[in-house]
Amino acid sequence: MDEKLKNMAIENSDSIVQLWMEEINSLKLDNYTASISDELFESTNRQFVNVIFQSIKDGGSSKAVKDFSERIINLGWPLGYITDGLQVFRRVTVDYILSQYEQLNSEFISNVLKSVDAWVEPIIRQLVNEYSGSWENTVSLQRVALQELSAPLIPVMDGITIMPLIGTVDTDRAKLIMENLLDGAIKHNSEVVLIDITGVPVVDTMVAHHIIQAAEAVRLIGATCILVGIRPEIAQTIVNLGIDLSKFPTKSSLKKGFRTALEITDRQVVDLENRADSIEHMIQSLKGE
Amino acid sequence: MKPQSCVNIKKEWDIVAARQLGRDIARKIGFGTVDQARIATTISELSRNIYLYADHGQICFEVIDTFDNKGLCIIAIDVGPGIEDIGQVLEDGYSTSGGLGAGLPGVKRLMDEFDIHSEVGKGTRIKTIKWLR
Repeated sequence: MDEKLKNMAIENSDSIVQLWMEEINSLKLDNYTASISDELFESTNRQFVNVIFQSIKDGGSSKAVKDFSERIINLGWPLGYITDGLQVFRRVTVDYILSQYEQLNSEFISNVLKSVDAWVEPIIRQLVNEYSGSWENTVSLQRVALQELSAPLIPVMDGITIMPLIGTVDTDRAKLIMENLLDGAIKHNSEVVLIDITGVPVVDTMVAHHIIQAAEAVRLIGATCILVGIRPEIAQTIVNLGIDLSKFPTKSSLKKGFRTALEITDRQVVDLENRADSIEHMIQSLKGE
Repeated sequence: MKPQSCVNIKKEWDIVAARQLGRDIARKIGFGTVDQARIATTISELSRNIYLYADHGQICFEVIDTFDNKGLCIIAIDVGPGIEDIGQVLEDGYSTSGGLGAGLPGVKRLMDEFDIHSEVGKGTRIKTIKWLR
């Protein structure tokens, strides 16, 4: 029975494809318009329907389906295109097969439905799996990428290290900050550690709490922690929240914090311009002789 | 009052989603950067309380736009364990989780109106409003 239907569908593939193309083209207008050119849509449809028939012939999932799904994922087309396409294919094929018979009984119809479902389902399953696999892959890559830039520690000078924080601080990240800060401070033998929160969008009590703890821990290992990059609006919300940050120095910008750090380590920034001037002066005076 | 938009709080990252939506709405209403930061911090505190104590809940936003007043109303709803002594949680420095204990009293200071209902075993509902001036 199934073989018979299968042969029938394959022999009449041209008419089924024709019906399918018509339906899918009318769907395009409603759903995925604009960015997709007609030619591309047409050629992808052809490929899609060929893949479907290939899969029916092979009796299940095949390499063709995998290649096609990769192509669609690369094009960035919605998953809806695939599920719609296969639903339409199921409907069109069932209609077509039934229209070839004059006498129909319910058992036969149910058999037809069963067979067509069995052709389409493995394709849906495989395509949806490929799709969700590619999403999961993206998400896990991004998680790794996020982790990588979550709490870097940069030694800028003997005894001075900076930890710039960008983005949201959650519990996991707060832990990493603390660990990296302490490890780094000991490894680089830092006297001063600057935590820059310019890129942290919201400082709520939890973030503040973690920063206070980190600063206290840094103090315990004998270094000074300076909190820099406090924007005016953040300063106001911290005051509103009633958070006490008076236990360690805070500065509005990394620049000011760095100067303070230099002072603490008994150093200062010297402009070289004056010296350049004096060299010029010397050359001038040499020429004069 | 315009229809609400809500964010479900289940994971820690939902806090970020709620905060971003709230900040967007606040910007559209016309709040300045300082008030945007206040609103974002408020949402952060309220949603973190949901995440920490009630496990899951909702943060809803309502834009208030009447003849003489414009503002943003934030409602935090959960069906968690509830709060036994509301007076105590509104005091500075009270925390059951080892935090700073500045969350709720802080929210009260960050916003213009603050209203809290809680029943032990049933859940908590906090409604807070910031007016646009």
